[in-house]
Amino acid sequence: MTQNKRVMELNDVEIWDGNASNAQALRQAGVDVMAAYPITPSTGTVEGYANLHANGYIDGEIVMVESEHAAMSGCIGASAAGARAATATASQGLALMIETLYQASGMRLPVVLCLINRALAAPLNVNGDHSDLYLTNQSGWISIDACNPQEAYDLTLCAFRIAEHKDVRLPVISNQDGFMTSHTAQNVIPLSDEVAGKFVGKFLEVDSMLNFDKPVTHGVQTESDWHMEHKAKQNDAMMNSPKIIEEVFEEFAKISGRKYNMVEEYKLEDADVVIACLGTTFETAQIAVDNMRAKGIKAGLIMPRVFRPTRVGQLADMLQNAKAVVCMDRSAPGGQLGILFQDISSALINTPARPLMSNLIYGLGGRDMTVNELEEIISDAQTDVNAGKLKGSIQTWIGVRGPELKYYSVEG
Amino acid sequence: MAQHNEVVTNLYRSTDTFENSIWNQGWDELVPGAAVYSFNGDIDHTVVNVQPENRDIAETNSMNKYVGDWRVVKPVWNLDLCIDCQNCWLYCPDTSIISRDKEMVGIDYDHCKGCGICSEVCPTNPKALVMFTEQIKNEDALNQWPEKKKKGE
Repeated sequence: MTQNKRVMELNDVEIWDGNASNAQALRQAGVDVMAAYPITPSTGTVEGYANLHANGYIDGEIVMVESEHAAMSGCIGASAAGARAATATASQGLALMIETLYQASGMRLPVVLCLINRALAAPLNVNGDHSDLYLTNQSGWISIDACNPQEAYDLTLCAFRIAEHKDVRLPVISNQDGFMTSHTAQNVIPLSDEVAGKFVGKFLEVDSMLNFDKPVTHGVQTESDWHMEHKAKQNDAMMNSPKIIEEVFEEFAKISGRKYNMVEEYKLEDADVVIACLGTTFETAQIAVDNMRAKGIKAGLIMPRVFRPTRVGQLADMLQNAKAVVCMDRSAPGGQLGILFQDISSALINTPARPLMSNLIYGLGGRDMTVNELEEIISDAQTDVNAGKLKGSIQTWIGVRGPELKYYSVEG
Repeated sequence: MAQHNEVVTNLYRSTDTFENSIWNQGWDELVPGAAVYSFNGDIDHTVVNVQPENRDIAETNSMNKYVGDWRVVKPVWNLDLCIDCQNCWLYCPDTSIISRDKEMVGIDYDHCKGCGICSEVCPTNPKALVMFTEQIKNEDALNQWPEKKKKGE
């Protein structure tokens, strides 16, 4: 499908939260099949979409399923049949969906998943952190991160173009922070239905099951004989996707004036102290960077807009002048260093740059990260730079009640 | 009988008869995703109207997969007793009873798993399909066929 028959007149500026942005982007993309199951904080995406559907603005089908596992299974079936399919979920829902995430990427089906990042239980928690985002780490999905409702709208639209490109044919996750983005209404400048519909374009069918001229079996079994070749082909498509993603971002900039990059930066070029983070923290940290620069500390930011595939070379190039890189991971690390820390450290390891690398675990289960705290983080990192070494340990938990929590000592 | 056997044999093609067999392909040449084609090239007809032996099946079609080694007992068919009722053809869960123009042709031992349903539904007395151990030769099995059962037996 390309466009719905009924056009929705949108204002030049709409007041949407991240869920409304997703619902509108999914409507404009002309999704054929949405199979979804509600879970906080992603319910608004599905509810908003169902509302638009009930009011006649959506021609596609909505399938109400019994679980998130079934939701993604429905999307996989629809996509293999030759339909544009999408869903939304969060946290426990994503966890239940994991098995089918690997099916979708292995079967090379361009499903789009709006993932509203939320903590994983236990303890049960509906608020935002990145533990569900990190759970998709090796699922074979392209993963893109938004910092606000405008970006969520833009990137969910881009997700279809990236996923369905003939040289990619991989599913894409459009991430945003639970509540901070998903439930915070902000100004969003939408595209008209016509422009958005034209941008996303017609669904490109590849070996669809409903093409009776070329019967095909999807989801076959391979054993030691063919599994590795299939995985090689799938991974190679992932590794070559950045070129296509950049093209899509370029084309989106032409129609919207908003340019996205594989890796985003803020005042990075001459920065001594760099904070690496994802999601809404990237916006808060910009204020902290400005404040600290006014106090004479050369601070900067880096954020992998495209979380997967990892931009190893690009991250390394952008950080060659950094003297300290503070990697902020918003997920309980489970006995290891945070994933952002791992990504960035491994990007730098074979390059000349040797910044002080540290890992902060923060904001779990929706705990706030304030400008003041970020200023302190920058100030502490500058102290380390002045001393020429890390103080104590690589990993520190911040904003937690009780005794100081530090791991991976670098002293003696 | 000779003609019957030919029909059964012609259902399958050895993989070395396919051009650019998947066994000669690298990862970059595979069909994307866990997908395989059923036939070579596009289909311009309704598949069910063409007998399997006349279909241009692809190398990756499961028709080319031998799964007969799952079997521990096999059905043996006795042509002299068969009344071509088609019960076995109807009930076989693996499409392994081959029948043409409503006449029994033979058994596809490459895909038969030896479940015994064909023998179970065979209505003749004695049965025209009897399960024998996998190792016995079919001609030996025919020489030790069960006797006709009397009423109440």
